[in-house]
Amino acid sequence: MTIRPKLGLDGRTVRKARRLAQRATAPVVELAKTHTTVSVERAVLRLAGMTGTDPTLGSGEIPWVNRVVDTVRDQVGLEYGVALPVWHELRTGGYSSLDDLAEKVGSGSVQFAVPTGKDRDRAARAALAAARLGLSNIDRRRKERDRLIRRIGDPKQRPWIYLIVATGDIYEDIPQAQAAARAGADVVAVIRSTGQSLLDYVPEGATRQGFAGTYATQENFRLMRAALDDVSKEVGRYVRLTNYASGLCMPEIATLAGLERLDMMLNDSMYGILFRDINPIRTFVDQRFSRMVHARAGIIINTGEDNYLTTADAVDEAHTVTVSQLLNEAFAHEAGLADWQLGLGHAFEINPDIPESFRLELAHAMLARELFPDAPLKWMPPTKHMTGDVFRGYLLDGFFNLIGTMTGQGILLVGMMTEAVVTPWLSDRDLALQNVRYVLNAAGGLHEDFRPARGGFIAARAKQVLTEAVDLLDRIVDDGLLNAIADGTFGITKRPADRGRGLEGVVRRADGYHNPALELMEATGE
Amino acid sequence: MNEPAGLAATGGIVRPYGDTTGDGMVQLSFTLPIPHDARAEGAALQLAGKMGMAPAMVVHAKAMSEGFTFFVVYGSVTHLVDVSKVEVIEREYPLLPAKDVNAQIKRTLRRKLVVLGACIGTDAHTVGIDAILNVKGFAGEKGLEYYREMRVLNLGAQVSVPELVHRARAERCDAVLVSQVVTQRDAHLRNTRELSAAFREAMGTRRPLLVVGGPRFDPAMTDELGVDRIFGRGTTPGEVASYLVHAMGQHRGGAR
Repeated sequence: MTIRPKLGLDGRTVRKARRLAQRATAPVVELAKTHTTVSVERAVLRLAGMTGTDPTLGSGEIPWVNRVVDTVRDQVGLEYGVALPVWHELRTGGYSSLDDLAEKVGSGSVQFAVPTGKDRDRAARAALAAARLGLSNIDRRRKERDRLIRRIGDPKQRPWIYLIVATGDIYEDIPQAQAAARAGADVVAVIRSTGQSLLDYVPEGATRQGFAGTYATQENFRLMRAALDDVSKEVGRYVRLTNYASGLCMPEIATLAGLERLDMMLNDSMYGILFRDINPIRTFVDQRFSRMVHARAGIIINTGEDNYLTTADAVDEAHTVTVSQLLNEAFAHEAGLADWQLGLGHAFEINPDIPESFRLELAHAMLARELFPDAPLKWMPPTKHMTGDVFRGYLLDGFFNLIGTMTGQGILLVGMMTEAVVTPWLSDRDLALQNVRYVLNAAGGLHEDFRPARGGFIAARAKQVLTEAVDLLDRIVDDGLLNAIADGTFGITKRPADRGRGLEGVVRRADGYHNPALELMEATGE
Repeated sequence: MNEPAGLAATGGIVRPYGDTTGDGMVQLSFTLPIPHDARAEGAALQLAGKMGMAPAMVVHAKAMSEGFTFFVVYGSVTHLVDVSKVEVIEREYPLLPAKDVNAQIKRTLRRKLVVLGACIGTDAHTVGIDAILNVKGFAGEKGLEYYREMRVLNLGAQVSVPELVHRARAERCDAVLVSQVVTQRDAHLRNTRELSAAFREAMGTRRPLLVVGGPRFDPAMTDELGVDRIFGRGTTPGEVASYLVHAMGQHRGGAR
């Protein structure tokens, strides 16, 4: 569904906003290009096929990729990347495979070196071949998705209906996800266990215990994708699977998502910094790599602007959502993502007690729609003002759905009237879907008739938010994005660049740094 | 009906109110794991009857998913409520919204409340302390970092007690929050006693508030462990924040 522009936004202001976003992000991109992180390096090994955990360490939860990257770092540093020392050792040390090398690292019998001269060239070539094989696996999964969508079909309507599953046990999640698909979900998201974003490794295997969510692991990804493939054929539409590339292991999780044909990933440029106190540089370096993988894998990213509105006032701070969307877009384009892959987030979080709250919501949603006409925006339901009064909550969700269809949102996260009361019951989900269906059925074409009055409340409000966004972007460009984050410009938390979790995993690249995955992805991205 | 509605007329005995005093009307919705048919509606009425609804009416029944039926039932309950026998368990502090917590800090301290959080000993599970401190929060409530009038320092996992005492002093902090998940051989109790002893020794009565939390703690053990407050499973950031301002009010001049 394409929606014709109706707000009469000033084209010059829109272009200025984009230009400022580009200028604000450029120095941070430069930082990302001159640093690496332990997780980026581990992702290279994962792409080359290294799997499994070291059974002798702790209770066997630490992956080999962590052991190998940590060992390389201890012995020769990561300034040149992990690929050169690993593939040099693999070539010259008489190992049968990458996994064999990992096990020898575990036993402590490997001494890594950074190769030079011809040895370096040979190691780089071998690493490139291994990374190329990994990327071709991701390419194959992408083609497989395209084929399945051609054969089975896309959902008939937009927005796509997005439902969440979260039991902590992958074997419980699977029947729930299939039931959600049968009930009408076009997208199923498996919420992660609380705190996974702060783990500096990706857990392994099928997991049955999580805290308010299920661990993101390669095996869990595989199991769920296979289950949704089955149900897709049954319901006659390709049901998409979503997980989270956020936290300390973004690059690795993005890689695993590409390898297991996940379809959407939560991947915000600043969420980890603001809400999880992850070091800003770590986040931006990891994020760039993860977005390049998503671009390659044909994955749609979902950004997290809804989170700003749960901590700040949705009216006063509306422009911070616009600014974040523009920054997310600039970072995403730089990493090679196309507009159709940008599920930019925004949310229905204005206090329903304030006058004209619906018109304000509509103005904000239309602004997002018109600023990003080719992006499948992700429209997030009310949470902050869901009070436990389930009746009022059901009405709010109806108004939320109405804006979803009036403004041509691409992805609609289904709101639950029991938000903040219980994890959704079977009946809550069913009632919520009835609500969505009623609104889409009753008002699906309303956008054709609806046009806000020229210079009226809605158009004026959209213009005001855009103007405030441009002013804030101006200040960010002057200040520098990292300083703005340090000063608490977004949300209310101050996050200095030299603090936060995961900083110890950031390494400045040396001349001669080699990352075969980045090299191949950058070559195709240009 | 000539009697006035309300407690006076009923001597503290009340029934639910639909549109007439004493009608006892309630509404109820639930799902039974059986397909929708006449038997299912009968089953719903049976449940309503056992819950004290007589007469009860199934006003809505709908098949849901495969093998489930959703019901809405209206009816009059036969139960009486004796208001004079209601017992209310009082928490020692009122639950306040973030806005009021901030206002109270501003009014009583006239500066930010400094909170230091950590996992001590070998415990690497920061889930608890992160849920309380991170802006992300827990159970729909924002963490303490969200409170404008608090300065929150989260030291993370495996912080030693001397390090914690040192930082608490250096930051002139008002409250120290420690979460403990690992309980092997009562490690959580041992660590907590070590914590309180160290603060007592280093700072005496001028020590900050000591608050510990974790799924296996008994909230009644504060004296025994030498801390000010213990929070158990399911504690939300709002409860901790409300407690802190309450305790600061009581403790004024004591800390720092």
